[in-house]
Amino acid sequence: MAILSKEEAKRILEKVVALSKADGCSASLGGQDRGNIRYARNTVNTSGEDSNTSLSVQCYYGKKSGAASINEFDDASLEKVVRRAEEVAQLAPENPEFMEPLGPQTYGPDSKTYIESTANIKPEYRAQVAADSINPAAAKDVTAAGYLEDSKGFFAIANSKGLFAYNKSTGVDFTVTMRTNDGTGSGWAAATHNDVSKINPAIISKRAIDKAVMSREAKAIEPGKYTVVLEASASADLVRLMLGMNARTADEGRSFLSKKGGGTKLGEKLVDERVNIYTDPWNEDVPAAVWAGDGQPRKKVDIIKNGVVANLFYDRYWASQKNVAPLPFGGNTIMEGGTASVEDMIKDTKKGILVTRFWYIRPVDPQTLLYTGLTRDGTFYIENGKIKHPIKNFRFNESPIIMLNNLETLGRQERAVTSEGSPNAFIPSMKIRDFTFTSLSDAV
Amino acid sequence: MKRRDFVQLAGLGLGGLMLPLSGFGNPVAEGALLDYPLLASQKKALADAALNTARSLGATYADVRIGRYLNQFISTRENKVQNISNTESFGVGIRVIANGTWGFASTNNVTTDGIKKATERAVAIAKANSKFQKEPVKLASVQSYGEVSWKTPIKQNAFDVKVSDKTDLLLSVNAAALKNGASFVSSNLFQVNEQKYFASTEGSYIDQDVHRIWPTFTVQAIDRTSGKFKSRDALSAPMGLGYEYLTPNDAEKIKAPGGMHLYRNNYDMVEDATIAAQQAKEMLSAKSVEPGKYDMVLEPNHLGLTIHESVGHPTELDRILGYEANYAGTSFATLDKLKSGNFKYGSSIVNIFADKVQPGSLGAVGYDDEGVKCKKWDIIKNGIFVNSQAIRDQAHILGEKESHGCCYAQSWNDVQFQRMPNVSLAPGTEPYSSEQMIKDVEKGIYIAGRGSFSIDQQRYNFQFGGTVFYEIKNGQIAGMLNDVAYQSNTQEFWNNCVKICDEKDYRLFGSFFDGKGQPSQVSAVSHGSSTARFNGVNVINTGRTI
Repeated sequence: MAILSKEEAKRILEKVVALSKADGCSASLGGQDRGNIRYARNTVNTSGEDSNTSLSVQCYYGKKSGAASINEFDDASLEKVVRRAEEVAQLAPENPEFMEPLGPQTYGPDSKTYIESTANIKPEYRAQVAADSINPAAAKDVTAAGYLEDSKGFFAIANSKGLFAYNKSTGVDFTVTMRTNDGTGSGWAAATHNDVSKINPAIISKRAIDKAVMSREAKAIEPGKYTVVLEASASADLVRLMLGMNARTADEGRSFLSKKGGGTKLGEKLVDERVNIYTDPWNEDVPAAVWAGDGQPRKKVDIIKNGVVANLFYDRYWASQKNVAPLPFGGNTIMEGGTASVEDMIKDTKKGILVTRFWYIRPVDPQTLLYTGLTRDGTFYIENGKIKHPIKNFRFNESPIIMLNNLETLGRQERAVTSEGSPNAFIPSMKIRDFTFTSLSDAV
Repeated sequence: MKRRDFVQLAGLGLGGLMLPLSGFGNPVAEGALLDYPLLASQKKALADAALNTARSLGATYADVRIGRYLNQFISTRENKVQNISNTESFGVGIRVIANGTWGFASTNNVTTDGIKKATERAVAIAKANSKFQKEPVKLASVQSYGEVSWKTPIKQNAFDVKVSDKTDLLLSVNAAALKNGASFVSSNLFQVNEQKYFASTEGSYIDQDVHRIWPTFTVQAIDRTSGKFKSRDALSAPMGLGYEYLTPNDAEKIKAPGGMHLYRNNYDMVEDATIAAQQAKEMLSAKSVEPGKYDMVLEPNHLGLTIHESVGHPTELDRILGYEANYAGTSFATLDKLKSGNFKYGSSIVNIFADKVQPGSLGAVGYDDEGVKCKKWDIIKNGIFVNSQAIRDQAHILGEKESHGCCYAQSWNDVQFQRMPNVSLAPGTEPYSSEQMIKDVEKGIYIAGRGSFSIDQQRYNFQFGGTVFYEIKNGQIAGMLNDVAYQSNTQEFWNNCVKICDEKDYRLFGSFFDGKGQPSQVSAVSHGSSTARFNGVNVINTGRTI
């Protein structure tokens, strides 16, 4: 039941919307099948599958709205969920920010979010991923811990004003941490994609093993400001932090995009002029649904253009207050890269630090977008264009805004996996000067 | 409720947007929150269907959890109610051991037939996974408790209180903040009821009714001319209490610097919002901290998070053993250090205990999610690392005969595993108040409330901010500070703990959404302490210009 076709979803949603006697009604129907395998200490710990389909109905009377949901789809259940939403709406307080649903919209062509081969992943594939990780690790006196999760799903919406939208998607995420058995080395590697043929867990596992072995017996160096070569995961860990470019909080004076004396930084230079960040649902490396959750069409939109804030995101309510067109958050983020590989950037560095990834990144000051966190699973000292030796991990205190003003080189883009998951972003590796490390960590 | 869904809800008014909140449960009418739809006898019959099916398929052990998880979430900003959400999630999870291997399956079809089918899947998964098994499961023995029940000792079920009374309270909180100089304010009230029925082949049938509540707000003050904005969060704690937590009680207030009140078992939300607005305004012109070494005076609603990160997590046995290596990390607190019997985690006045029984705490239940009666035990005794946190399949690794009783699953459709119990710092034994502590400090900083927090994957190096900072000079409060964060190393920090206030100052900090595991699960946990002093801690200045 989990994955319904466009026609099946439309049939159910239209039936639901027609049942409502409220001023208006919106409904959404979504389902997902997920599978996973988790291993640690060179053995599989858990693996499983789950399946979930749910129908949500929102009815409104004036500015009072109520919602209900259900996971049964016979006629009696559909009637029950609509009546329940109407009942909740009648009892709800008025919400002055309530916006009536949109009428029919025109969307661009579907993007490639659904790949059949990913949808067909079987338990045997997951078991093989674990074996291809554990066996080479054990052969090198290394212990593997990893997690693979694959999913296929759909999401559809319809409302009493005639809007209908449907999207289906697949995804596979793989992360692995390899630790040397003497406890002095640790390496991490990861990959994510809609298309399982675009990732190779065996190669990723090997990369993590190599890094673990290379990172053994790290030396301590003094904290301070250093040139850093950030692998794509480390870049994405920090770049993602500046993407919540919400117009309302900027207008209200409580965002890093608010300006002294009032107003916002829209149209102002924020970072190095080589920085270009945009959203585009049709990007084939990181596709996204062509419509946002409230039914607004998505399109290609610049976020940062030549270092200048090109757009802020407006929800429909705030856009109506400001008399501007609403702009929903994109379903993906693309930051333009360059042609340099990580190896090229290392060769071009006299004295610096190579960072595999960051960890436990938390906000310190929203005014300046200052964050703290640590390096993890592969940090190396670079001298005269070569990796000299592994170093102990550092804590950083840095703002992505300051970091992108200190840009030296843009590297190649990769589909991002960050320490907090996969943000559907395509972000380059990069070289940054004067990156602020504030203390040392003994953690391996 | 899962953390991601909470973030979605908290950041969102009802608006026109509908999000699939599948992990959160299905929206229901308010009245449904007061139902107990199945009698214990009906649940026992359903549970027996699972246990008998598991046995007949060759399982050597089985447990079944029939769970009904209810939430109510109310969010407001300024003079508007943005969202009222009532949800319910109902289903059953079955866990078995077959061929020495765990298997788990769940279903929302809570009928004899649905439960039998899920049990068959759980046994099939266990048998399939046994091919990869290198360490067959060894379970510590547990007593058969028969048919028993437990309920959080609440005075007033929050779901009995009219929603309009709750929105009136939150709007009066917002009005108090705005009246006292706040530019913006948002306030939230979150209430949880877990109705959990557990049964296992060990012969226990345990019916539990667990309640939790969390009122909170964020006040912001803005100076448009300078472009500065400052936030002050509520000094409440999420608690294992009923709605009585929201009845102000002067006897449960503790005086703190800057005219602040700190709260024990009753919270005065309107009063705290009033003070918060005044403090947020004051922060706009407060002095930026001079970096350097300070003696830190940390009150419980701040220190709780430091305990959580630097003692709670590193002493989880699954983490120590490497099961969390690919996500949360491992631990500096190794089994070697534990077994040595002389690892000095902290100074000799540091006594840290784990417990699942303290009244009012988030972790308190009668029995854990694998049917073990809950208890209290030592983690650090007179500064020495003496024990870890273990469940039934881990106790043998510590050479112990019984589980510590700290197994938990966030919902019926998630498999239970080892989770942090309440981990708390015992109060000092000599009479000593926080006022006296401040008087004894020459150059220091007083911190109230939680702020930024970050710690490495083996729990050595950490950095914490806070909600409010006051400078201490020669035993006096010398004014408010900005841009404060302290960095330290876990062992060094706890060995620099030189004074702990007495039990009159003891109270709970709480976290509703402690995350662990892949796929990630949340759990709610409290940490008790009295105000404590840590000497010579490195403070950095976090002010920047962009």
